[in-house]
Amino acid sequence: MEFVLVSLLNGITYGMLLFMLSSGLTLIFSMMGVLNFAHASFYMLGAYFAYQVSVILGFWPALLVAPLLVGLCGVLIERYGLRKAHKYGHVAELLFTFGLSFLIEEIVRLVWGKAAVDYRIPEALNGTLFTLFSSDFPIYKGFMMLVSVGMLLALYALLTRTRTGLIVQAALSRPDMVEALGHNVPRIFMLVFGGGVALAALAGVIGGNAFITEPGMAAAVGTIVFVVVVVGGLGSLAGAFVASLLIGIVQTFAVGLNVSITDIAALFGVELQASGAMARLTLTQLAPILPYLFMVAILVLRPRGLMGARES
Amino acid sequence: MNCDASPPPLLHPRRLLTWGVLLAVLIVLPLLFNKGFALSLLCQIGIMAIFALSYNMLLGQTGLLSFGHAVYFGIGAFAAMHTLNLLGKGGLPLPVTLLPLVGGLAGLLAGVLFGYVSTKRAGTTFAMISLGIGELVASASLMFPALFGGEGGVSGNRVVGGAVLGISYGPQIEMYYLIAGWAFISMLAMYALTQTPLGCMANAVRDNPERVQFVGYDPQWVRFMMLVLSGGFAGIAGALSALNYEIVTAETLGAQTSGAVLMMAFVGGVGWFHGPIIGAVLITLLQIALSGLTKAWLFYFGLFFLCMVLYLPGGIASLLSMHQRLWQARLLGWVLPSYVRLALPLALVAGGLIGLVEMAYQRAEAAEIPLRLFGAPIDVTLATPWLGALAALCGGLVLLRASWPAVTGAWRRALLRLEGGEET
Repeated sequence: MEFVLVSLLNGITYGMLLFMLSSGLTLIFSMMGVLNFAHASFYMLGAYFAYQVSVILGFWPALLVAPLLVGLCGVLIERYGLRKAHKYGHVAELLFTFGLSFLIEEIVRLVWGKAAVDYRIPEALNGTLFTLFSSDFPIYKGFMMLVSVGMLLALYALLTRTRTGLIVQAALSRPDMVEALGHNVPRIFMLVFGGGVALAALAGVIGGNAFITEPGMAAAVGTIVFVVVVVGGLGSLAGAFVASLLIGIVQTFAVGLNVSITDIAALFGVELQASGAMARLTLTQLAPILPYLFMVAILVLRPRGLMGARES
Repeated sequence: MNCDASPPPLLHPRRLLTWGVLLAVLIVLPLLFNKGFALSLLCQIGIMAIFALSYNMLLGQTGLLSFGHAVYFGIGAFAAMHTLNLLGKGGLPLPVTLLPLVGGLAGLLAGVLFGYVSTKRAGTTFAMISLGIGELVASASLMFPALFGGEGGVSGNRVVGGAVLGISYGPQIEMYYLIAGWAFISMLAMYALTQTPLGCMANAVRDNPERVQFVGYDPQWVRFMMLVLSGGFAGIAGALSALNYEIVTAETLGAQTSGAVLMMAFVGGVGWFHGPIIGAVLITLLQIALSGLTKAWLFYFGLFFLCMVLYLPGGIASLLSMHQRLWQARLLGWVLPSYVRLALPLALVAGGLIGLVEMAYQRAEAAEIPLRLFGAPIDVTLATPWLGALAALCGGLVLLRASWPAVTGAWRRALLRLEGGEET
């Protein structure tokens, strides 16, 4: 019972962090048709910027400043890079963001070095929020959840309750019509790209100190975020939300469960020969590939994803 | 490569001449570069050329952007390595010369398996699925140490069995001729494929899948066939790399290899058959030269790639073919002088950028050895070198902007003359 509850809480925290990343990715994708390969790199930039700002000003200003700075970088990159690549079609755009992810990682290495930087949880958030049976639930995890839920609500309100959100939503499905009505669609694209990237950076600010801030952190979550977006359905925010939580929880449980394939088979009344390397694998070992297996299964069974509206 | 442009068929005298020259070059090259280092470099280039060409069957010919092509390369390599070790135990009567076939077959089978899943969709979805499959295979490979050798990889000895016709593959030069032979055969086969109905339909699927369906073909089937065949050629390249290095690690399957082949094909030019070969030569040479010179070589690589995507999406091959057209019309003299005006701005930009990057790296690493740039020692704690590099970079960019119109103007005049000349 304790294991289930603790894993569930951890899984939800991780899932919400994934959603902060995948929401921006989905927004950018559904709006511009661009799959931002460098999305996780902006997550990393967010963590590094937050580290740099927190050294000078402290954590709380960093929480605000770092996403804004990264968002500004995103706006500039869209304006002077991506828009140029857009002329040559989607393949060029994908390649541009692919090269960008490569370059950002190297820039981070050039500026902050190869080793992890000392980006720590602030003193005020260090400690235990509550104790569940015998496990402590840290305050910081609660804070992460608070920030991500707050972001989720703000995003929802922005998209459905404001004029800006209406225009963005309209531009998602009918860009030509929106342009004909006199809105500057390229500028909306630019702002959506900046906004999506800022969301990723916010995830980096609160995720960087919870995990570790090092040049490999983008590659570590990058592909998982793609899996989330594919599983949820390309272009569906609700799908991305469900898939983020699903994958977050599944992975957290898998890491904690030390049962082998043979045990699982035995649970269903199937007796496996315990000699093969396959049968001896434990769920913990399988955890890193579970999301990918999940993705392949989804693509075979339901190619448009859990909640995808369109097939592209 | 486009079928509607009807290139000369494979057996056209001019084609035969091209292939003959290629064969002669492949034979003569090791006589000129017979030093150990140059020879192993040639071997690496040969392997990468096959790999990049196989990648271009997807990206250039079928319009499928794959981020996981290393999977087929790696599976071919592992299959060949395990077969080689079987040969060593005397389990199989197969000459080493034919081992690349085993790798090719493994790549083909992997293509059938993964192609079934991934070619259901084209475009962005295909790119993502290929990325997912690449990650899946790469992380799965670390789970089965018996098959993939874990962190240490699988190694073997290519000198097994007796020497056949005096060839034992002990000396590197024999390995070179094995690679060159397979490279020539693969190139010929891949070129021939572009001339078949399947090759033409692949171009059609790239350009307009809807119309392909109206003609009565199934785009998914064409994509699947191209992926399977491309996996096969990647497997041949993988097997050759296994034989060449006598070790295969899980890294061979990973994202870095996939990224490298994508860069080679793209930088060389995906719209031309020979583009990926140029890319393989260029990138391999750059990798060796740059990684020896500076620790920040990956940065220059990324920047180079981004500039190619933004400013030369057709790759080096497109640049060459543009100039070839002018050369044939004897108009090359019209544009060459304008390039001279670019020399100073480009040198300033490059110098400033290199200065900034190297100083940043020096500072981040806090290296013991003092930095030497352009023959002079540089103290990165002072502000002057930083400001100087920044000024060079900015000044160079401004100058570049100012002299760019001269180049475009010269090109416009030359092209006008060219088109006017063709009319008369």
